[in-house]
Amino acid sequence: MHSINLVFRIIINVLLIIPLFSAGSVYAKAKQAIDIAYLTQEQSVPPPLSNLDPFIKNKGIVGAELGVSDNNTTGEFTGQQFNLKKIIAPLDANVADVFNKELGNKFQFVVVNLPAEQINQLADLPAAKQMLLFDVSTTDDALRNEQCRSNVLHILPSRAMRADALAQYMMKKRWTKWFLVIGPAQEDRLYADAVKRAAKRFGMEIVAEKTWEHTYDARRTAQSDVAVFTQVDDYDVLAVADEQGLFGEYLDYRTWLPRPVIGTQGLVATSWHRNHEQWGAVQIQSRFKEKAGRWMEEQDYAAYLAVRAIGEAATRTKSNDVKPVKDYMLSDAFTLQGYKGEPLSFRSWDGQLRQPVLLAAPRSLVAVAPVEGFLHPKTELDTLGYDQPESQCKWDKQ
Amino acid sequence: MKRKGLCLLLLLALAGAVQAETVFVTLEKDNALAVVDPVEGKLIKTVPVGQRPRGIAISPDNKFLYVAVSDDNAIKIFDAGTLKEAGKLPSGDDPETFALNPKGDRLYVSNEDDSQVTVIDIAKKKAIKQIKVGVEPEGITVSPDNNWLVSASETTNMVHWIDVKTNAIVENTLVDPRPRAVSFTADSKQLWVTSEMAGTLLILDAAAKQIIKTVKFEVSGVTSDKIQPVGVVIDKDGKRGYVALGPANRVAVINAQTFEVEKVLLVGHRVWNLAFSPDQKRLYTTNGVSNDISIIDLDSQTVTKSVGVGNYPWGVAVKP
Repeated sequence: MHSINLVFRIIINVLLIIPLFSAGSVYAKAKQAIDIAYLTQEQSVPPPLSNLDPFIKNKGIVGAELGVSDNNTTGEFTGQQFNLKKIIAPLDANVADVFNKELGNKFQFVVVNLPAEQINQLADLPAAKQMLLFDVSTTDDALRNEQCRSNVLHILPSRAMRADALAQYMMKKRWTKWFLVIGPAQEDRLYADAVKRAAKRFGMEIVAEKTWEHTYDARRTAQSDVAVFTQVDDYDVLAVADEQGLFGEYLDYRTWLPRPVIGTQGLVATSWHRNHEQWGAVQIQSRFKEKAGRWMEEQDYAAYLAVRAIGEAATRTKSNDVKPVKDYMLSDAFTLQGYKGEPLSFRSWDGQLRQPVLLAAPRSLVAVAPVEGFLHPKTELDTLGYDQPESQCKWDKQ
Repeated sequence: MKRKGLCLLLLLALAGAVQAETVFVTLEKDNALAVVDPVEGKLIKTVPVGQRPRGIAISPDNKFLYVAVSDDNAIKIFDAGTLKEAGKLPSGDDPETFALNPKGDRLYVSNEDDSQVTVIDIAKKKAIKQIKVGVEPEGITVSPDNNWLVSASETTNMVHWIDVKTNAIVENTLVDPRPRAVSFTADSKQLWVTSEMAGTLLILDAAAKQIIKTVKFEVSGVTSDKIQPVGVVIDKDGKRGYVALGPANRVAVINAQTFEVEKVLLVGHRVWNLAFSPDQKRLYTTNGVSNDISIIDLDSQTVTKSVGVGNYPWGVAVKP
């Protein structure tokens, strides 16, 4: 009786051990982990301009998630595992505290989807010194120039790149006389500055400039105010600077003269648009839509690219350490596929991602800048924004 | 007199033989197939084939044409002589590129949106296997010795080596960003892979599955961003390979022994896919933006003609 029991136990033990061994062989090849943090803050819902575009709460996050899953398909074959930790600071939280608590000494790669004024606040924290931050939301030229930080890379095209893209296309169309309309916000001023810089660079003439001082009420503004407001000297196009989208949409078809609208509304310069389907873009558009149930927004595209850049550099360097990964990212060898027909890379002088800029109307992609014919000795992509000789960014002095 | 007549007859017969060569070009935006006489340099006719035709191949016996009609989610079979539709293969969603095995009884399709390769039994017109690969598989080819099926995934930046007997991935090689086209040498010993974003051609040893050489293309007067290698073919003698450089509007001629770039030939805008004439004396290129094909004479290494074919020429196949 006892002996039978013993045999039985041995058999059971052997049966238990076998799966352990087979599992062991699977885990024998330990994967290299690359941990990426994604940091954002809750936003209060802005007043809706119309009911057409619902407020998107998870802008950016889904892009980062898609990037991680794409990284991991490569990782499956190369023995690297990419992990994404999403941290959403509450509306009233101090983001720096959240940063120190959640990320300090834990992460080397941080994708940051926060307003411009918070980027350097985080970048200057002692905890951020050993990190590389990927700014996926700002378009601020100052952050890429005199206020640049060596531990921050900027994924979205700056305002200057966007305005240059518009100016190149306007030059091609020979619509050289611009009427500049500026909203009251500080961001609108910055956008207008970029428009003025672009106008100067590409030989455009700003024949009139006005600041919007009317209401944002569609019923009143659209029909009466715009017609009166736009009675200025003759111009070819109206360039509007209204980043919040408070009145810019009301301008088209309501101007005194029949003129197209460009800028933050009308024909817009953007890094991504749902109209875009060339160069394999249709594939990522549909992959994204399937995952998110909505179109891909600029922040999603930027977060996707940030995570993919980490993936590309980590795969090539076989490293999860910030130093070699960053060195590789800023080297000439680094190329990133971004579904825009040309390889993307970082400008070594200011950390800006070099990329084509899309010029999109609401339902059609009008052009892609750099527009053909604008030449550059190194890469035509550097005809957009601050080129090396113009850059005010001095990383080495920091 | 009699002899002269015979000569003339012979000449006519020869001319007939040459004329019989036909080039088929898929026209992505015209939903049609262009039929070109490359010797005369003339477009003979355009035949509707279905929505958004892209990949094209001819069966080894030259009897059937296979055309991926992407928006119809199928690969259509056409009689290569009459161009009448002879059937359909279940390709999975949005087929773009595909490859035939040397025997011509299996067809392998890249399903870009589903990150998989579909294996089709042509005789049974049935999908017999779906193989999971990296994200956005594109370039696909079978080695001439029928040992390897290779699929390149554009976003995963890898070529996957699939054993054709088991239809399972055996090995993966990391390559340069956005690999597009893959092609074996005639002896099946090397795999050539183009990388669109790095502007490179990678030569892989098929036994070791390792990169043995990286060829970086440079064209004077063209910035490096515009050099985006796509289609690649290698001649059967293993002397030269040819790579279409996309928006650089050129075809690079590569010495297949030393891997030196011997020459770049100016062709049409956004040159995409390439195909040899059966005697390998000519190379045909599809030029997506200029809506034409270029004909390259390979003895003199010069572009002899361009033939307008229709909107967005994509793939090319040649019938002797």
